[in-house]
Amino acid sequence: MFVLVVGGGKVGYYLTKELIESGHEVALMEKDRGRAEQIRDEIGSVVIAQDGCEGKYLREAGANRADIVTAVTGDDEDNLVICQMAKHHFDVPRTIARVNNPKNEALFRHLGVDEIISPTRMILGSIEQDIPVHELLHLAALGVGELEIIEAHLQPGSPAIGKVALDLSVPKGCSLFGVIRAGVPTPLRMDTILAEGDKVIAIGRPDCEAQLRDQLIGEYTEA
Amino acid sequence: MKAVIVGCGRVGAGLADELDRAGWQVLIIDRVSSAFDRLPSSFGGTALRGDGTDEDTLRRAGAAGADLFLALTEGDNRNIMAAQLGIEALGAKWTMAKCNDPVRAEAYAHLGIATVCRTNLMTTAILDHLGQATPAHSGIYAPTSHHAHTATVAASALGAGATASGAAGVGSAGGTTPTEA
Repeated sequence: MFVLVVGGGKVGYYLTKELIESGHEVALMEKDRGRAEQIRDEIGSVVIAQDGCEGKYLREAGANRADIVTAVTGDDEDNLVICQMAKHHFDVPRTIARVNNPKNEALFRHLGVDEIISPTRMILGSIEQDIPVHELLHLAALGVGELEIIEAHLQPGSPAIGKVALDLSVPKGCSLFGVIRAGVPTPLRMDTILAEGDKVIAIGRPDCEAQLRDQLIGEYTEA
Repeated sequence: MKAVIVGCGRVGAGLADELDRAGWQVLIIDRVSSAFDRLPSSFGGTALRGDGTDEDTLRRAGAAGADLFLALTEGDNRNIMAAQLGIEALGAKWTMAKCNDPVRAEAYAHLGIATVCRTNLMTTAILDHLGQATPAHSGIYAPTSHHAHTATVAASALGAGATASGAAGVGSAGGTTPTEA
């Protein structure tokens, strides 16, 4: 498979190295001559010191016989144009673009880029998993990430409201150990009945979280 | 009539002034506020510092639904992207992108974006002045198709009020904007 990589930054550099190691034919276009020389010293003659946005140089680099063109420069507008030129001018079957502004994803897709990779979106996705939009709050990690202290704020609709706390089927590896009601922390007793507004404190392994959420928060809803 | 101009170089500023004086409602955007020094003090339109390839910026600036959307920065790709945003997301009726690479200029005309290529404009003008035979292309590329709606995402997914319309016709542009880096 012949892959044309445009953009010799960190992503383009490691991508090219990996592709060569996997036995693919690769060409890497980098318009900054200094940077291109630097990479060429390391990974060899596959590096072309030309602007991959320019039609003439794309052709010289073999865009018309490429199986994949992947645009990984730091500029969204360049990545868009590289992929559109590849697709519509050189009939490249598959184009992959890196997108920095996640808002551009829809536009790129609409304009025919086959695959869109958004590092910003990916990191955002990871962070949002940890933000308590669904009322489960990570208070602290114990040890080396094996256990965590979690707070669940019981909102209307929580299946735990009105139940005896110790009757809840909490997952194995997890333990409820207290409730904060109206700002007052109290340990759970045999007869503690959970109420709306309670903050239930639990300790558990991270993998118990989903089950704990089901028990205390209920259905996933957009905050 | 509403005109949006992305890029306040000599050409952008000159056109903004001409259109303003002709009674258009003009919005001109540039990433550098000092670029607006090129506008005459009589300019009655809106000058806004911002990124003309950022949909949010354009929308907040009131660029949606323009009759004319001109992308005239010093970057071919920025112009191409802005023009496509103009057509696809902001419902511009008529758009043109400056594109100094003749290959890209022609390729995007095939995709439905009117382009103007200074390289060809000047080559033709100089050869013409010298009495030499001029190349087949003068430098203004009218779109040869409707702007391609190649993907499955509906235009509405790109934002409210998106009405896709192919660019039609050509304007004229030329002169001396800074070359692309």
